[in-house]
Amino acid sequence: MCADLSGIEPVIYKSGINVPYHWWAGDTASAFLTALRDRQTITAIKCGSCGMVFVPPRKTCPQCFTPNTQWLEVGPLGTVTAFTVARKQLAAIKDTVPVVFALVKLDGASTSMLHKLLLQNPSLAKAGMRVKPRFAQDRTGTILDIQGFEPA
Amino acid sequence: MDRCAIIGFGMTAIEARKPGSTFADMVWEAVNKALDDAGITIKDVENVITTSNDFFDGRTISCMAVGDASGVREKNCSCTEGDGTFGAFYGLSRILSGAYGTTLVTAHSKGSESVSSLITNAAFDPIYERALGLDAITAAALQANAWMKATGATSEQLAMVSVKNHGNARHNPYAQLPMEITVKDVLESEMIADPLHKLDCSPVSDGACAILIAREGLVKKGRKKPVWIGGVNFCSDAYFLGDRDLAKAPALTKAAQKAYSMAGVANPAKEIQAAEVYDAFTHQELMWIEALGLAEAGQAGADLAKGRFALGGALPVNPSGGLLSGHPVIAAGLYRMAEAVRQLRGEAGAAQVDGAKRVVVQGMNGLCGQSHCVWVLESGK
Ligand SMILES: [Zn+2]
Repeated sequence: MCADLSGIEPVIYKSGINVPYHWWAGDTASAFLTALRDRQTITAIKCGSCGMVFVPPRKTCPQCFTPNTQWLEVGPLGTVTAFTVARKQLAAIKDTVPVVFALVKLDGASTSMLHKLLLQNPSLAKAGMRVKPRFAQDRTGTILDIQGFEPA
Repeated sequence: MDRCAIIGFGMTAIEARKPGSTFADMVWEAVNKALDDAGITIKDVENVITTSNDFFDGRTISCMAVGDASGVREKNCSCTEGDGTFGAFYGLSRILSGAYGTTLVTAHSKGSESVSSLITNAAFDPIYERALGLDAITAAALQANAWMKATGATSEQLAMVSVKNHGNARHNPYAQLPMEITVKDVLESEMIADPLHKLDCSPVSDGACAILIAREGLVKKGRKKPVWIGGVNFCSDAYFLGDRDLAKAPALTKAAQKAYSMAGVANPAKEIQAAEVYDAFTHQELMWIEALGLAEAGQAGADLAKGRFALGGALPVNPSGGLLSGHPVIAAGLYRMAEAVRQLRGEAGAAQVDGAKRVVVQGMNGLCGQSHCVWVLESGK
């Protein structure tokens, strides 16, 4: 700063950005989300070239650069491939900590899906544990139609 | 590749809060320090790249806030989002196109002015993931657990990274958190997300950095010893965390191999004297060391414990103190480049690595290190 401005009180301007969005989820995600909502099933999509089964599903295979076409159901059982127990109430965390975040590889899938683990004792979370989804009572077609995964 | 060199750099001190400086004030300071360092004026600059993130800055087209401070008027200026090393890569590419001469690259952010957890939460897919409530820290914690399980690395080894880097920062006048701490201090600091304690995580920081790059014919305009760009490469991994093996960093390995090959480096662990890597979290420093080929897979923790990466060790890593000692997101990788320049010029004071002729720098952006940019910088041609 210039010397002749030293000692000036720094003014803090408080503001924020709050812009509503209405994202079209895309037909692939729409199929996935409506299956969660209406059938309580987790659906995946398979690449016809390399056979990779993607959860959450996406329209094209990133490896083969071709459209994915074949829908199938995966799980409901799956295996935890990575986890963490969040202890500090970070601003992004909506539930009260401790919250267990995890990657879950559903049976039949090639990729893991990001979600939460519902455990009485979060310290018992571990990689390799078998889990199953618990669906929400009120389902609105979002990823939170799955409340989380609990021990199978 | 035509020979290009870094002929100047400027850094603001990295601080927890800079209430007295706007984005433009910080960039102005860094740019003028860089010009002074090189001994040139803004009139000698033909090409400007700014690096920023709209979400962090809270404004659309965030580069506009720093255009005047970067001297862009009536010049060709372009903006990069991501890490400062990506901006430098773009700047270098524009020089190599043959269209531009001396190039200024800037990068800035002020983590103190917003809420990093909310901003990094928005990096998750809005349809499939964002509502779950993860952010950069909890994502990194997933990675840390996965990597520790795969390699057998321990919390004590992670803590040693924090002890080393905060200790190194005592020699760095730009660092935010120079500290003399112990492994016990790290392990007893607040648990944020298992296995990452507070002192395993880099702090929220403010800062700006600028560098000047010139092609060989223009390098002599600089008054300091040029630092040559021996090799550089950039590589991205899958976006979705569940598509990756979080215990591995194949994109970094690939970027490093290509950068080494360009620089004619056959055995990085032997031919590189120091490294400045993106230690946003303690485990990441060890992961990146291995992916960069500076340690055998699964051995970085043990090598660290033996002192190999300490100042005075065979291959000091983050002699500057790294990001654990101050992490201005976006600018962070450009700071790593500037720190490498200090080493290669012999200006690093008490943190000077004896005989540093070649330093590797890694910049990174994206959750758990999705995209990596690797630079091999050299003191001679
Ligand atoms: Zn495929």
